[in-house]
Amino acid sequence: MTLAISVGLLVAGGVYLVVQRGMVRITFGFVLLGHAVNLLLVSGGGAFRREAPLMSETDASVAADPLPQAFVLTAIVIAFAITVYMLTLAGVGKRDDDTRGGPAVSGEKDEEKA
Amino acid sequence: MTMLVALPILLPLLAAGLSLVLGRFATLQRLLGVVVFTANAVLAVVLLAEADKSGPVVLQLGGWDAPVGITLVADRLSALLMLISMVVMLAVLVYSIGQRITDYGRSTSSTAFHPMYLVLGAGVSMAYLTGDLFNLFVAFEIMLGASYVLITRRTTATRVRAGMTYTIVSLTSSLLFITMIALVYAATGTVNLADLSGKVEALPVGVQSAMALMMIVVFGIKSAMVPLHFWLPDSYPTAPAPVTAVFAGLLTKVGVYALIRTQTLVFDHGESWTLLLWFSVITMIIGALGAIAQNDLNRLLSFLLVSHIGYMLFGLALYDVTGLAGAILYVVHHITVQATLFLVSGLLTRHTGTVALRGMGGLAKLYPAIALLFAIPALNLAGIPPFSGFVAKLALLEAGAEVGTTMAYVATGAAVLTSFLTLYAMAKVWVFAFWGKSKPPHPDPDPTDELIIGTGSTSRTMVSATSALVVFGVLIAVFAGPLSEISTRAATDLLDGGPYRTAVLGEEAE
Repeated sequence: MTLAISVGLLVAGGVYLVVQRGMVRITFGFVLLGHAVNLLLVSGGGAFRREAPLMSETDASVAADPLPQAFVLTAIVIAFAITVYMLTLAGVGKRDDDTRGGPAVSGEKDEEKA
Repeated sequence: MTMLVALPILLPLLAAGLSLVLGRFATLQRLLGVVVFTANAVLAVVLLAEADKSGPVVLQLGGWDAPVGITLVADRLSALLMLISMVVMLAVLVYSIGQRITDYGRSTSSTAFHPMYLVLGAGVSMAYLTGDLFNLFVAFEIMLGASYVLITRRTTATRVRAGMTYTIVSLTSSLLFITMIALVYAATGTVNLADLSGKVEALPVGVQSAMALMMIVVFGIKSAMVPLHFWLPDSYPTAPAPVTAVFAGLLTKVGVYALIRTQTLVFDHGESWTLLLWFSVITMIIGALGAIAQNDLNRLLSFLLVSHIGYMLFGLALYDVTGLAGAILYVVHHITVQATLFLVSGLLTRHTGTVALRGMGGLAKLYPAIALLFAIPALNLAGIPPFSGFVAKLALLEAGAEVGTTMAYVATGAAVLTSFLTLYAMAKVWVFAFWGKSKPPHPDPDPTDELIIGTGSTSRTMVSATSALVVFGVLIAVFAGPLSEISTRAATDLLDGGPYRTAVLGEEAE
């Protein structure tokens, strides 16, 4: 239940931030959404019926599933790289992410002049 | 033999690191890229021959066997598509090298382009070769990560905005992808595609449909299926010509490949699939109508790209051997032709300085060679007889008529109509750009960015790389016989799924 509530809160916060205009906020929104799906992935391994994998203490049938953890680890690394890239993008395009009717992208120029 | 399956991924990735180190030595860096993509194309031929002769080539990585470990599989479909992709990537790389030498001189190196392009190549190969869903996600991320950098590299603040749209949409689809993997894992306890195919059948129908639909949404965004296509015409045209060419040629088709692979291997739809037929019809029609309305040449080509994704979905939705074989043939044809058209558009804009069709004119007289280079792939895309587009479309139309349900006939009709609309869009380009009064070239609006246009200089390397792709596109039609035979065999494998499962999981699993 804790996992489900956390995923819900993270998604709510993430979606709120992603629909904002500033690129930095959008980036943070994606960070939250990334955490949410990672938790979902962990819970996909059946976290509710498994325990911490202590070698001598836990029986193998109820020890935590290692596969989703490996997935989450990979996903975190990827999310980290993409976050860095998006923050760079926010820096490079900073004059352009919060604008009202900024200069047009290729192809829209003609209509704007007309 | 099985170790060869890892090389198409390892070579470009290792070469990307080496290429970064070689940043100062422009010639070595270029040579490295060309050698790696040539090697990958040769590897693809070897893998295709082996897969065609004695079944899928499988490599289990990391000391764990399937379904737990990482599995790489080269069957007929993945090896064939990898071959075409690598040839196109090689030609585009040569074009881009030619462009850079023309613009900046022989000795100016590019620190970011070559490593990123190699990483993109590794991602594309991995997406074709991977045997499990999570690695498919990783492959998409490698590919997209490289493409984010390529699309926004050395660009102006205005163009970054287009890159942002692209990044945000791709990220959303990636998040949905992991969500889908989490749900698939929770339901079945495996992400191995071969293993999934057996376990999914045991699930309740509702869960199966939810999984299939999530995959359609995820791969639909990647492959720009209408109504999930909106990001593509806004972002692709803003990048330099070679980058747009390779994105348009490959990235969407990798999405289509993922859709074909998952919907045949994991799910067994049994008969033609009405929902996807509807999507294919609206994709074809809306894409083509969108193309006709454009004044910007690159946006027009992007809408045509969306429209022709519909043909591949049509083939998949028919869900029989002829339909799937047609879809595979269409992917092969379309990767080549779409990349060629964007390269030609790049040649044109270097002369005219604009992508607006109304700003061009009389180019057929000024540059007859480029006019010819445009005309062949344009007719090819529209499906005019001697070319490969005709062969692929004919295969799809035959399959549509063979299935013979009302919906299949509607989609077949839409395919014919779209073919005419494509021809009309191409005729429009021809009339505006190649006929009429010639206009003076426009100056480059942003001289500082990577997209240098209006200089009027095209080197011999650029033109010959484009010509090579045009010839390659024609060769696909020449070898249409063997190609359609191998596509038919690949489609039979896909619908059967048995050899793939046996090759991955071993004999006892069957």
